[in-house]
Amino acid sequence: MTVRPTRSLLTNPILRSIVYQVLLCAAVGLLAYAAISNAAENLARARIATGFGFWNTTAGFDISQTLIDYSSQSSTYGRAFWVGLLNTLLVAGLGIVGATVLGFVIGIARLSRNWLVAKAAAGYVELIRNLPLLLQLLFWYNAVLKALPETRDSFVLAGSIFLNNRGLVLPRAIPQDGSSALALALIGGIVAALLYRTWARRRQAQTGQSSPVLVVGVALTILPALVVLLLKGFPVTFELPERGRFNITGGTEALPEFAALLFGLVIYTAAFIAEVVRAGIQAVPTGQIEAAHALGLRRNLALRLIVLPQAMRVIVPPLTSQYLNLVKNSSLAVAIGYPDLVQVFTGTVLNQTGQAVEVVALTMAVYLVISLVTSLAMNLYNRLIAPVGEHP
Amino acid sequence: MKRLANILALALVFAAQGVSAQTLKAVKDRGILNCGANGTLAGFGSPDAQGNWTGLDVDFCRAVAAAIFNDPTKVKFVALTAKDRFTALQSGEIDVLARNTTWTSSRDTSLGLNFAGVIYYDGQGFIVRNALKVNSALELNGASVCVQQGTTTELNLADYFRTHKMQLKSVTFATADEAVKAYDAGRCDAYTTDASALYAERLRLANPNDNMILPEIISKEPLAPVVRHGDDQWFDIVKWVLFAMLDAEELDVTSKTVSNALKSDNPEIKRLVGTEGNYGEQLGLTKDWVVRIVTNVGNYGEVFERNVGQGSPLKIARGLNALWNKGGIQYAPPVR
Repeated sequence: MTVRPTRSLLTNPILRSIVYQVLLCAAVGLLAYAAISNAAENLARARIATGFGFWNTTAGFDISQTLIDYSSQSSTYGRAFWVGLLNTLLVAGLGIVGATVLGFVIGIARLSRNWLVAKAAAGYVELIRNLPLLLQLLFWYNAVLKALPETRDSFVLAGSIFLNNRGLVLPRAIPQDGSSALALALIGGIVAALLYRTWARRRQAQTGQSSPVLVVGVALTILPALVVLLLKGFPVTFELPERGRFNITGGTEALPEFAALLFGLVIYTAAFIAEVVRAGIQAVPTGQIEAAHALGLRRNLALRLIVLPQAMRVIVPPLTSQYLNLVKNSSLAVAIGYPDLVQVFTGTVLNQTGQAVEVVALTMAVYLVISLVTSLAMNLYNRLIAPVGEHP
Repeated sequence: MKRLANILALALVFAAQGVSAQTLKAVKDRGILNCGANGTLAGFGSPDAQGNWTGLDVDFCRAVAAAIFNDPTKVKFVALTAKDRFTALQSGEIDVLARNTTWTSSRDTSLGLNFAGVIYYDGQGFIVRNALKVNSALELNGASVCVQQGTTTELNLADYFRTHKMQLKSVTFATADEAVKAYDAGRCDAYTTDASALYAERLRLANPNDNMILPEIISKEPLAPVVRHGDDQWFDIVKWVLFAMLDAEELDVTSKTVSNALKSDNPEIKRLVGTEGNYGEQLGLTKDWVVRIVTNVGNYGEVFERNVGQGSPLKIARGLNALWNKGGIQYAPPVR
């Protein structure tokens, strides 16, 4: 006869773990509640305005780069928020593309059999990733300002492209009648090219015969647009920049602050991405590469078809972290006067309204959302490239 | 800067007491006054080569410390950017903000602040390079202007250009330092801030003589020391330290003549230096509070000349800041 030891509730492991978790959640909740009510009470006692009532108030300050219509006299703080957010997304989006391209090139170059190329890439990585980003941004900003000529002595290309220490000014494209037809033709061409590529791949998988994907693809992309141009004439006119009393007027301009920030972020993040790429490639078993060579694949084909697809599974998770870092680092724009979300919203708007709690909380929420969306997209991509039948 | 703002906002969330009344008691218990100052503006607030803070605003904080402790060195200066200054005051990080801050209605009300009288009547101006051959701010149509963020200056600039139907390309920086450097590097045609600061910043340019300050003053910038809402006693003390410095100048009580003033028969002087009445005690200070201020720091005129006037490299004329009976508009209520 077996006697089961009677256990008291106090020593029941399941019950205990539940109790501890409930206690922890309660403590965290209580702390959050205390912080929020405390802040509300303090703000009320000091008679500091609270809430988002300022959102629809006229902003009254000017912003140097606006992707949407904005005017200091009629636009609101809310509008200024969107201007700042779009500027952040612009520099972060372009930064991610640039850093990825440069990072992959450098990462692959580090593994090159060419001694000079490999050492140069290694030197780049070690130099760039060991210097603080803020210093690099200040360096690039000053380099831009110092290296480029003053407005009067602008570099002029083709009579209508101006480069000086106030930025790069290009002719502004103004779409006319028929521009939508041109856009449609271009999009249709690209879709056709993509479809052709899919067809060519399937054909190669089934029959082993390869097709001239590049040539046909380019032709499919360009030809419909050319036809539209011939039929309708050129549907875009350009506003040419001209010299004004102080600045180049007209056209579209890229500010030196934007250039310095983008440049700094790309160069810095590329160093980290290069290491991620190198690690990913080295994680692919050498047997795979030897097998590729044994099959007669040339080095670049082996890299593209055999090594990189397998390396991507190792590369993507840390690559996501680098993308998130880049997005967050873009807030260092403050230091060099690029009007990103932090500069415009937690800078000027916070100061003019004095509502630090609301403004900082909203800004943090925005960065959280951007980061979570980036993460989500990268996780989906990671699932897409995982080999069939294998779950990451 | 961003991190500081975040930390201060957090402090606002968690600060339990501190922020409330009893600032005088807190300062006395602590034994030192926490004063928010500029840090980079010569003449108003900046540390010199030896690390000693000097400037008009700095001396004002020293005067408050002198009135409380009879020791002008019992001040801890916290360098603040324009952006962070109000949050620092709201969160209790500093007791008084003396950082060339313009008194406006929205700051006085919705930011939860009280402005304790005008220490310097200023106005916004522009500096440009001589080579541009500009003689008036009205000729700046289409110009790029560097400006510091989070200031009334930033708003006035947009207003002025819009009012005069001129195109503006403003470039905004978090600190005055960065804005001035960008101007000096040719990023902007003009730099704009309060006229007093233009004189100070001009001296820091690579070639000060190649730059000129335009004649237009485009705004009213009454600069004032600031305290938090919710502590009337502390507000009174800070306000009356400023008034006492002005009254002392008006009655010709200087750091050199203060011992004579103690023997004076003039009833106004007797009330000021505490040989008659208990006006200091009414404030929560001592009978000799004004003597402490004037002996240790000086009266308003002395402080002005030493920091921004003829005794300084800035050589700013008294102008609006002369006393009301000397052609200016500085006018303090009487101690009685």
